[in-house]
Amino acid sequence: MKKRMLSLVLAGVMTASLLTGCGGSAGTDAGSAEGAAEETTEATEETTAADETAEAEPADDAAAQETTGDSAGGTFKIGGVGPLTGSAAVYGIATMNGSQIAVDEINAAGGINGMTVELNFQDDECDAEKSVNAYNTLKDWGVQVIDGAVTSACSIAVSDKTAQDNIFQLTPSGSAVDCVKNDNAFRVCFSDPNQGAASAQYIGEHGLASKIAIIYDSSDVYSSGIYEKFMQESEGQSFEVVATGAFTADNKTDFSVQLQQAKDAGAELVFLPIYYSEAALILKQASDMGFDVTFFGCDGLDGILGVKNFDASLAEGVMLLTPFAADATDDLTVNFVTTYKEKFNETPNQFAADGYDAIYTIKAAAEKAGITADMSNEEICEAMKTAMTEITVDGLTGDGITWDASGEPTKAPKAVVIKDGVYTAM
Amino acid sequence: MAWPEQRKGTRMEMKVNKSRISKTTKNDLITYAMVILTYIVVQVLVSTGHVSSLVQGLLVPFCTYVIVAVALNLTVGILGELSLGHAGFMCVGAFASAVFSLAFKEALPGGVRFFLALLIGAAAAAVVGFLVGIPVLRLRGDYLAIVTLAFGEIIKNIINVLYLGVDSKGLHFSMKDALSLHMEEDGLMLIKGAQGVTGTPNDSNFTVGVVLILVTLFIVLNFIHSRTGRAVMSIRDNRIAAESVGINVTKYKLIAFTVSASLAGVAGVLYAHNLSTLNALPKNFGYNMSIMILVFVVLGGIGNIRGSIIAAVLLTLLPEVLRGLSDYRMLIYSIVLIVMMIFNWGPNAILFRKRLKQKISFGRKAKEEV
Repeated sequence: MKKRMLSLVLAGVMTASLLTGCGGSAGTDAGSAEGAAEETTEATEETTAADETAEAEPADDAAAQETTGDSAGGTFKIGGVGPLTGSAAVYGIATMNGSQIAVDEINAAGGINGMTVELNFQDDECDAEKSVNAYNTLKDWGVQVIDGAVTSACSIAVSDKTAQDNIFQLTPSGSAVDCVKNDNAFRVCFSDPNQGAASAQYIGEHGLASKIAIIYDSSDVYSSGIYEKFMQESEGQSFEVVATGAFTADNKTDFSVQLQQAKDAGAELVFLPIYYSEAALILKQASDMGFDVTFFGCDGLDGILGVKNFDASLAEGVMLLTPFAADATDDLTVNFVTTYKEKFNETPNQFAADGYDAIYTIKAAAEKAGITADMSNEEICEAMKTAMTEITVDGLTGDGITWDASGEPTKAPKAVVIKDGVYTAM
Repeated sequence: MAWPEQRKGTRMEMKVNKSRISKTTKNDLITYAMVILTYIVVQVLVSTGHVSSLVQGLLVPFCTYVIVAVALNLTVGILGELSLGHAGFMCVGAFASAVFSLAFKEALPGGVRFFLALLIGAAAAAVVGFLVGIPVLRLRGDYLAIVTLAFGEIIKNIINVLYLGVDSKGLHFSMKDALSLHMEEDGLMLIKGAQGVTGTPNDSNFTVGVVLILVTLFIVLNFIHSRTGRAVMSIRDNRIAAESVGINVTKYKLIAFTVSASLAGVAGVLYAHNLSTLNALPKNFGYNMSIMILVFVVLGGIGNIRGSIIAAVLLTLLPEVLRGLSDYRMLIYSIVLIVMMIFNWGPNAILFRKRLKQKISFGRKAKEEV
């Protein structure tokens, strides 16, 4: 028994030292913003609460607590909600990193109306129930504006709670229609139907093909949302949908049946309203069976060139409708991509760009509304709601983005084609 | 005719017990008292503002998982069969009630609507439990576990391709996509396939949850102590002996399984009416959830209803309390789970606890003697 207890204690100590080890590198990161002297009372409280583990906290929490020197105007607390663990973690982490870059930039430039911005990003594991827990955690922290949730279902669940509490919410990437049904909720990305309609119009107007096949994920909200609208919109267009193949999350490795179906129907273009990991498999399997066809996708396809062990030449000629391309040459994108690569050692995807734009949108609206630190959440929410309809934001995901009271953004979709292994604007 | 005799036996037992409260009744009363006391304490703390928003938001999930853990304990602990499909029954209850509540959102007042939704959720889960039970309960042990696991997954997958809408012409139903419903413009989509149900009224609250826990406890505890319950336990302890005294094994197994499924459905109703969005994801209604519920039961003690309640609350709270650890949360959570299991059920740990208890009681005795 004693031996067992001893081994348990030892295991515990080893884990703890492991954590502190990791925390060390994060600590230097937080230390670089040396102004941490003036931590707000809440932040201190949080630190004491997690006293024993304070050192073990990884970069995001440490970053959340960092404040730059001149916080004369108080602090402005933005709470993020998104999946940081689990299968959708890629999206949440990218959004968090993108948002963090924006926050750092804003703080370096003097904050919003003199207020220092703090970002606290909580994990929701891509589960609606957990997202509400994450939101409540943020409420305890004293959040003033919500930047989230990253995924649609979570965004809907959270927006119901923010509407009750009257807290302003801006979702960077919650694309389902219902995400912004409450009047305190706005979004940065296109809605699913919006993308479906835009794709159909784009293909029709540019006469890309006359016979189209669709392969979509019927178990995914994003994919089926785009598919439905695409089908509705395709009726008036110059092309014809000759085959539709659906797959589900439980069965997404073999697409030969769907591809064969598309081939037999004589499709000239395959529309893929899906995420890039499955699209990479589809491209590979299509080339294996000698099915030479144009592929067209939406923003979910963004990131296909970054898939490990994927032969980028297969993606040659793939067209996609995406608001963000990491290879764009405008100053804003170049700066963002360089900073992101420096900090996180990877190429940012569309979610990171959405997260970045969300923070700048909040900044623009807060400045327009004249938000100050001593305003209550209700006052902030009311002022931000009006301000959102009056601002115009030039962001990574579009120039001159405007919003109406429904919460939908208006921006032009950008189409890119993959040429010589890079995204090129069309 | 063995039954009249047995009944006589119970009556005699009751006579004996009349003089003082029997051990089982006392045990049950402690369980009820624990729930009610917790409720009062929490309500007082909430009204005085001592409870964080996080915990306030967790109160309904606590109730949900307590109910489903107690329900599964009926199958695992009392019936003695391993079910890995309880998240599936929860899913049926959740969707049936959410569709009902959404359809009658305007037509019925909140209280009545939620009560009816509860009945519908419980009934739907009971029907599915019954249907699943007929073939499944012919199996035993691991086989039963695997088949219930498969059924749970089937339920989830069927709901993910279900499209249901209502307009002035009536109900529309499809398993292909939303377009093939051919709905009118002003029609209301009830289930949108993978997108699930959105806009369910927020009818669950802590008080309702606690009342439902008490009802669940009342049903389960009384079931255990009833004649049916004893018959079910006799099947668990020795099937052949039970059969030989004339107990209809299939019937009693089905009764216990159906009651258990229907209570899981009640938990589903509570779950569905706590959030405005309901999707059948692997995360909330997949086998992971079923296993999680089983963990509640095993940690709390198989057959120990009070243990299930405590374990369900603890394990729901734990990952949220550990939020401060961020990415290491899940790692620590798993380690804590392992430690808790060892402490609770490791043979050496049990021995250690016993010795500790003895020491304490000896100490007390020694004091009394002095």
